[in-house]
Amino acid sequence: MLRDITLGQYYPAESVIHRLDPRVKLLGTLIFLTSLFITKSFYGYIPALLFLIFIIKASKVPFSFMVRGMKAIAFLLVFSVVLNLFLTQGDVVFTWWKLKITKQGIQTAGFMAIRLTFLIIGSSVMTLTTTPNNLTDGLEKGLGFLKIIHVPVHEISMMMSIALRFIPILMEETDKIMKAQMARGADFDSGNMFKRVKALVPLLVPLFVSAFRRANDLAMAMEARCYRGGEGRTKMKPLKYHRRDAIGYLILALYLGVIIALRILLK
Amino acid sequence: MAIIKTDNLTFEYIRRDEEGNVEGITTAVDNVSFEIKRGEFVAILGHNGSGKSTLAKHLNAILFPTEGTVFVDGKDTSEDANLWDVRETVGMVFQNPDNQIIGQVVEEDVGFGPENLGVPTAEIWERMEESLKAVGMYEFRKKSPNRLSGGQKQRVSIAGVLAMHPQCIVLDEPTAMLDPIGRKEVIRAVRALNDVEKITAILITHYMDEIVHADKVIVMDKGKIAMAGTPREIFSQVDKLKSLSLDVPQVTMCAHKLREAGLNIPEGILTNDEFVKALQQCQ
Repeated sequence: MLRDITLGQYYPAESVIHRLDPRVKLLGTLIFLTSLFITKSFYGYIPALLFLIFIIKASKVPFSFMVRGMKAIAFLLVFSVVLNLFLTQGDVVFTWWKLKITKQGIQTAGFMAIRLTFLIIGSSVMTLTTTPNNLTDGLEKGLGFLKIIHVPVHEISMMMSIALRFIPILMEETDKIMKAQMARGADFDSGNMFKRVKALVPLLVPLFVSAFRRANDLAMAMEARCYRGGEGRTKMKPLKYHRRDAIGYLILALYLGVIIALRILLK
Repeated sequence: MAIIKTDNLTFEYIRRDEEGNVEGITTAVDNVSFEIKRGEFVAILGHNGSGKSTLAKHLNAILFPTEGTVFVDGKDTSEDANLWDVRETVGMVFQNPDNQIIGQVVEEDVGFGPENLGVPTAEIWERMEESLKAVGMYEFRKKSPNRLSGGQKQRVSIAGVLAMHPQCIVLDEPTAMLDPIGRKEVIRAVRALNDVEKITAILITHYMDEIVHADKVIVMDKGKIAMAGTPREIFSQVDKLKSLSLDVPQVTMCAHKLREAGLNIPEGILTNDEFVKALQQCQ
């Protein structure tokens, strides 16, 4: 189940999208997601679809890879579509037993399906083409202006990158503790939901203890290597804008323009 | 001039019960004075709880003495103004390789120290290259640390410290969590740094075979210095080491037993070659 989630995974490939500055990709994702909610008619999704196809083609990430990410949310998708389909009030088109499907219901459900699908695929394009490190760097630099209002941007991005580094280590640790507890007769797989949740306690307590211990060690190691916050720090891999990034911004502006124009024209 | 000098260094832990009341005071390091010269390879020995790790943490200002002083390159570590200079002069490698690697790629981890020092970007890359080459990990620079073996991770940690161009490197039981192959790799890397780059190395360990090549050995017990001297001097006193619950290398032990049995073998045999020679001579 966990392995199926491609959201947040990196797919290494050589493409323009991969090489694009993470700030462009972050802003691009933001604009794309906003555009999905600006549009009020089905025609409005045509530019979004074209844009998405264009980006996916340019990213050289196989389309099947992105669809795999959809599997994890398939349940959520079906659930919200079905709810919208049957529970929206309006002009009835079809009745069967107690269930009614309305014109408005079909419309909302359709919107919902398109929005969710585009949302997931759109954001997975970003994470699939950007290394976690690049992403946190982009966040740090892109949100740097928030420092003026005392948002600890550097610290947040440092925490994110450390968290990402420790995910595999903690996963391995969970596995180890689980096996150790199983060897002592712990049972994680049977019983009802309540019992299973309760069985997790002897797994989570040692995991937390060890995570805190690791955090303590890591903090000490960072201090020993002269870490003293973001002030006066240089970058090994500084972010620099290239020509392709300017073109990227231009395309984004164009896309945003088209979406807004459509919204005004297609009342 | 000595690179590290401690003057009556004492450190006390205050033990507290669950409500936070003081239960008692444990003296982890008790009135310790020593000097380490530039370019030396010093080993600090001691069994668990002898205070050797606590002592190590004083050498780059992670802990500060309760009493006494620690001078690093002539600077008092307990003064705030010296803090970053001290940490830049003395690098530290810890026991658990997983808990000291910050970067998600080997090269980024090595760059972490120089980044903190504010080294210009181009120089960070140069330093990364030279320090990874010095520990023989350059071909792994694009790898994720999670894919490396324990010995390799520890060598990356050493490179990370090396990239900060320290004058002295303190290794706090760097091999305790490694397999024998990993241990050998790490010790070889440390010795190479000491021999070739002339970096002062302080190795804290409880593996006896790792200290045979040290210039000086300090044995800690209950927070105090129990013995100090060259490895040969230390290993000549097998019975005293035993009383401090420390082992001696197998060859030394074997030679010692033969001597006790009446053979004419000198004390303090450290290597197999020496042992073979001594045996040939006594025939």
